[in-house]
Amino acid sequence: MNLIVERISHGYGPLEVLDDISLTVEEGEILAVIGPSGCGKSTLLGILGGLLKASKGRVLTEGAAPSGSLNPITYIFQDFALLPWRSVAGNVGFALEHHALDARERKRRIDEVLAMIGLAEFASALPRQLSGGMRQRVGIARALAVKPAILLLDEPLSALDAQTREILIEEFLALWLAHRTTAVYVTHNLDEALRVADRVCVLSRRPGRIREIVAIDVAREERSVARLAPLRERLWRLIQDEARVADREYV
Amino acid sequence: MSEPLRFRGGGFVVGPKPMSSCLAGLAIIAIWQGVVSLGLVSPVFLPSPAGIARALGDMALSGQLWRHLGASLQRIGLGFALGSAAGLALGLALGLLSHARAAGLPIVSALFPIPKIALLPLFILWFGIGEPSKVATIALGVFFPMAIATYSGVDQVPRTLIRMAQSFDVPTHAIVAKVILPGALPGILAGVRISASIALILVVAAEMIGAEFGIGAFILTAGNLMRTEDLLAGVCLLSILGLAVGFLVSLAERRLLAWR
Repeated sequence: MNLIVERISHGYGPLEVLDDISLTVEEGEILAVIGPSGCGKSTLLGILGGLLKASKGRVLTEGAAPSGSLNPITYIFQDFALLPWRSVAGNVGFALEHHALDARERKRRIDEVLAMIGLAEFASALPRQLSGGMRQRVGIARALAVKPAILLLDEPLSALDAQTREILIEEFLALWLAHRTTAVYVTHNLDEALRVADRVCVLSRRPGRIREIVAIDVAREERSVARLAPLRERLWRLIQDEARVADREYV
Repeated sequence: MSEPLRFRGGGFVVGPKPMSSCLAGLAIIAIWQGVVSLGLVSPVFLPSPAGIARALGDMALSGQLWRHLGASLQRIGLGFALGSAAGLALGLALGLLSHARAAGLPIVSALFPIPKIALLPLFILWFGIGEPSKVATIALGVFFPMAIATYSGVDQVPRTLIRMAQSFDVPTHAIVAKVILPGALPGILAGVRISASIALILVVAAEMIGAEFGIGAFILTAGNLMRTEDLLAGVCLLSILGLAVGFLVSLAERRLLAWR
């Protein structure tokens, strides 16, 4: 499924957040969106998922969702957004129980994604008993259970420590290579974007405009620090001035 | 020259000391009993703990205790059920609907601080001196704190959980039932705790204004007859009742909020 963004602008009252964003997310790619804090990355993702109504412009989908997809456009959240009173399996089930799915099929899907992501033995654990990394694995499992056509990831690793982030990035990429689900990956972390993305969309500081969309033309298995260095340099040049100014603004 | 490092941490940690708790309670009762037994105060003004215990025992044996306790519990139960159900409904509306909040919150805030017992004479005019006026007073007393507790509980449900549910196309009624209500439960139970103690205050006050049976009526009658042992036995009963209600709410919190 392609996702087409046509001339999206958005503001909260007098505050302009996004200015004239147009882009297409191609089927089967990961598009990373980076930019200084407050540049409207999360707002853009809210608009892409139908959770926010843009002031101007429109978003279109093109093509059919895969068979068995219950929720074509699906989020993974920065703060995991787990229901604290539900078990791991209950949280995954929450995404499924409002769709026409008999109990056996629901159970099968829950077991399948929990096994896929290494959570099977934690099925009855409560979120508060889990580390941040495990909680986000639940968030990922929940998203995969509905077989999304497009994944929207809102700073999925920002709440985790650096080591956990490293581990989850590898797991996420392995999972992604098996499914190749179209994805928009919002992050403020350059290295994360360079690791996961096919293309990186660089936004300016508020109001966010597209500065450039940079293709990461290095195969994922060859993305060593050394190979990515020139691209990293280029991306950093694009955002550093913006980030410096944004850093000194009142929020 | 070497010197051991001076330790300067520690302190400021308050831990449980069950022995001290027991000893303090026993000491107060012992001193009280001693003062009365030594004849330092007249037992008419301050009956001894033993005398109060005896009065409680007599009440239980004669069946008086159950009659008065039953009357009070019935009023509390009915008033609390009516008031908290209505308060819960209003609190949900205040928490979820912009118009309800804009219209309702100023009114609720204005009426909340009125001591509801002040309205009992009006309720007696409306409903007569019997049960309905007492139940109405308790219901109204419970209604406002429940509404406010529910409203703030709903307000404290993280927005991101609601967004998450919406992102999975969960229908609105299911978001209310499965995200907002459980998320607001800590606030709601805090409201139950406050309202229960308000109900206890109001039932005693209402029974003192006009009732044949009930703990409040019993205490008032005992006072009029200078039967201070009975009077304080009634007060003890209220204390036990308050503790029991608090225990039940704590039990509910442990069971229902185990996820915290």
